Amino acid sequence: MTTSVGTAGQSPSRAVSSRGILDASSRLVRAIAGNRKATIGLVLLLGIVFVAAFPGVFAPGDPQAAIYEQQVGPSTSHIFGTTQVGQDVFTQLVYGTRLTLIITVVVGLLCTLVSVLVGITAAYVGGAVDGALSLVTDIFLIIPTLPLLIVLSTYLEGSGTVAIIAVLVVTGWAFGARQLRAQGLSLRSRDFLEAARIRGERRSYIILVEILPNMISLVVASFLGSAVYTVATAAGLQFLGLGNSGEITWGTMLHFAQQNGAIEAGNAWWALAPGAAVALLGTAFALLNYAFDELANPALRPVRRRRGKLA
Amino acid sequence: MASSPSDAGGPLLDVRDLCVDYVTIAGDVRAVDHVDLTLEAGEFLAIVGESGCGKSTLLFAIAQLLTPPAEISGGSVVFKGKDMVRLAEDELRHSRWRDYSVVMQSAMNALNPMKSIEAQYTDVMRAHSAMSAGEIHARSEEVLRLVGVDPVHLRSYPHQLSGGMRQRAMIAMALLFTPELVIMDEPTSALDVVAQRSLMSEIKELQRRFGFAVIFVTHDMSLVSHYSERLAVMYAGQLAELSSTRALFDRPLHPYSVGLLDAFPSIHGPRRTLAGIPGSPPDLAHPPAGCRFQPRCPQAMDECAIRQPALYRAGDSLVRCLLYEPAPETVR
Amino acid sequence: MIETQREPLLRTTRLTRHFHLGGIFSRQTLHAVDDVSLSIDEREIVAVVGESGSGKSTLARLLAMAYKPTRGEIYYRGRSVQGLRSRKDLLWYRGQVPMVFQDPYSSINPVFRVAHGVMRNLILHRPELDATGRRDEAERVFDVVGLAPSTEMLRKFPYEMSGGQRQRVGFAQALAVKPKLILADEPVSMLDVSIRAGLLNLMVELRERESVSILYITHDIASARYVADRIVVMYAGHIVETGPADAVLASPRHPYTQLLLSAVPDPREVSTVSTSAAVGEPPRVVNPGEGCRFRWRCPLAVAECERSTPLLRPLAPEQQAACHVARADAGLSGGAA
Repeated sequence: MTTSVGTAGQSPSRAVSSRGILDASSRLVRAIAGNRKATIGLVLLLGIVFVAAFPGVFAPGDPQAAIYEQQVGPSTSHIFGTTQVGQDVFTQLVYGTRLTLIITVVVGLLCTLVSVLVGITAAYVGGAVDGALSLVTDIFLIIPTLPLLIVLSTYLEGSGTVAIIAVLVVTGWAFGARQLRAQGLSLRSRDFLEAARIRGERRSYIILVEILPNMISLVVASFLGSAVYTVATAAGLQFLGLGNSGEITWGTMLHFAQQNGAIEAGNAWWALAPGAAVALLGTAFALLNYAFDELANPALRPVRRRRGKLA
Repeated sequence: MASSPSDAGGPLLDVRDLCVDYVTIAGDVRAVDHVDLTLEAGEFLAIVGESGCGKSTLLFAIAQLLTPPAEISGGSVVFKGKDMVRLAEDELRHSRWRDYSVVMQSAMNALNPMKSIEAQYTDVMRAHSAMSAGEIHARSEEVLRLVGVDPVHLRSYPHQLSGGMRQRAMIAMALLFTPELVIMDEPTSALDVVAQRSLMSEIKELQRRFGFAVIFVTHDMSLVSHYSERLAVMYAGQLAELSSTRALFDRPLHPYSVGLLDAFPSIHGPRRTLAGIPGSPPDLAHPPAGCRFQPRCPQAMDECAIRQPALYRAGDSLVRCLLYEPAPETVR
Repeated sequence: MIETQREPLLRTTRLTRHFHLGGIFSRQTLHAVDDVSLSIDEREIVAVVGESGSGKSTLARLLAMAYKPTRGEIYYRGRSVQGLRSRKDLLWYRGQVPMVFQDPYSSINPVFRVAHGVMRNLILHRPELDATGRRDEAERVFDVVGLAPSTEMLRKFPYEMSGGQRQRVGFAQALAVKPKLILADEPVSMLDVSIRAGLLNLMVELRERESVSILYITHDIASARYVADRIVVMYAGHIVETGPADAVLASPRHPYTQLLLSAVPDPREVSTVSTSAAVGEPPRVVNPGEGCRFRWRCPLAVAECERSTPLLRPLAPEQQAACHVARADAGLSGGAA
């Protein structure tokens, strides 16, 4: 690991040599293991992914089967009780994980893709193109999200999950684009880019090969940030009844729980369970986001104060 | 000028065995290793060294301006009879700026870009004294005149001044209370060669006039060669040599000092091949067992790799080099 | 007797670069480089000495074709560089005149191994080489610049190298294209003094071993004397003095050169820079107008200095200076030699 004797503006001392991808990944693993936030976040996320991938392992039944006693509270056979038509809440929770996660990841990826395209093009091409792209970005940033979400969702009602994804991407890309443009601009002045221009590289090569790898950390952070945004907002939209209520996700569970007065009927866990799950998933991404920041920027790492006395 | 009853006879500043560590998850790195130095009233001491030698860290430690993860892990800094390392914050505040002040490397970093020069001087004077508004204004004008800047610039913002004027404004700020010690961290490095030289002679002139002591940290030996009385050379967190400036330039003792002086190409005289000092300073996270300069030293002996030299006295100088180790009966 | 002028390797005539400051309605023009005519021969090291604002870095970038000149011409081996249009021609020129940058910490892409830049240069400019040839050449240039063992060094990442080593990588990248002229923009300014010597010696060695010329941009006149055959002194976008390095340092003709020399970074010499508040102010290059741009700081300024901009004229057998007041040696009346 690099140790830096950091006095103002001095050069870092030499580090242990590395050997490419293999070593980079092992460094990454060590870095994650050494950072508590990263470990917890990753464990949480992996757990949720596992549940999404193999729901049958955790809940043997069929989430849509309306065969049980209707709207009962938690019991030994139904950990979180049943819905108003007699479906097992726990089974629904488990099976709903997959779609919830898919929505989150897809929105995250698409948002990031759009942000990267817009942000980097604006930064590198500059001039009028930058002006136009920045204007568009600013417009999307200023527009209040919730009303836009609701309007777009009702307009697209009936299109279900795709609508939710579209709506979230449209309202979510602008923030990342702003950040990526800012970083792109700051990179522009770095000598190695000028060196690439002067040696005669084509512009597309410079953007793809020289600039983009330097922005990976911001791109990943952008993705994680989008994921956090999506988890809560998607659930919120579905809770409001927008999107396809025929599909089972944590958000739609919340919707039905609220519609059927779960809390008054004594089956509060029908609402609490998906709510807690949403919070957990959001926390996992948020922890990873913080951890990533800390790993990328050592200045943010927690300082272990020495309690020793002066020699 | 504030006076202290306890420094009669003793030096103004007495640094003993000072150690500064950077506390990191991967272990502690010692950036300053057992440094001793003394400073008399009115003396100009230059601390010279290259990247990573610890000179700035040392300076910040003396000025009690270290921030985590850096911390003083040993030794004492006795200023006017009091050990500053052990003082509480409010006692320190009383001393700050009145007894000693600090000039930073870059005015654009040290001056608040959002406030006019006068506003910043006012802040300082209000924080450390009970002067009236009229007195504050008068003093602000006075210090600017001292450094050769027209007092009309009190109303200017830092970005409106040229580089040289900004540095002068910073130096003026340090002189607001005419302290006994002014600590400077490469205050001229952001300026051009000609501006640097002219600012140096002004600093020296001010020092002569008001009698304050100066600790001046720089990586450029030639800058201080005609202004400092004594010069300390730092290498890898340790003091390599400490002697009078003239003695160091005429007869450098430590092989590092010799190499450093030789590394300057000369303007006049015959062109000789520069040797420089090939190699790099050691990794302070894993300092070597013996002398830290040994891997690069043209005069290294076998035992230099296994034994750490202490600071030995050689005439009026101190040298950390086994070449100057006295005969066994004389131990420092 | 007619002397045939040998065409120098690189020649500029009245090279000028202005930058427009401010918005559409602003009339502020920054005269970064004005009317610079210089030449560099084969196997010659020419130092361009000046402070910040002198235009030396802009000059380097003009020669590297990072900027287009506002006016003036650049001729490389007799061919006008402005006339190069096709990508092939441009690449050819870039392969003849590469650049080495000042900041070792920002001039190498941190995500790749240090071999990356060398390889890209080889791919772009040495198409005759195949993969094996490129590898061999990469190892060769690393050996030439002293980064040994080259196979191991090529695989390192920039953060594993010291500042001095990174600058050597910069030179290796430049050498990989088999250049005729290397533009070195303050290659040692950000290095520790003890490390500079190694790189300065490398530059001299490259001239011998690789038969390259070097345009060495610096603010340090002492290092200029050490490596350069000729010195060109710039101030506020103009050339104010040129001549052989030793001659310029032994008897500087232009008052600015004299001022620079008095601020000498030599610990053994006494510095005699006067304490004047005007000294050390950056030169005025925004809308400067006619007249000598040094006149505000010049102890010898006379009325003429304000009226007209002095041109370079010979004042000694091989020295030229742009000053109305400076005296020529006997036998040189300021006319063409």
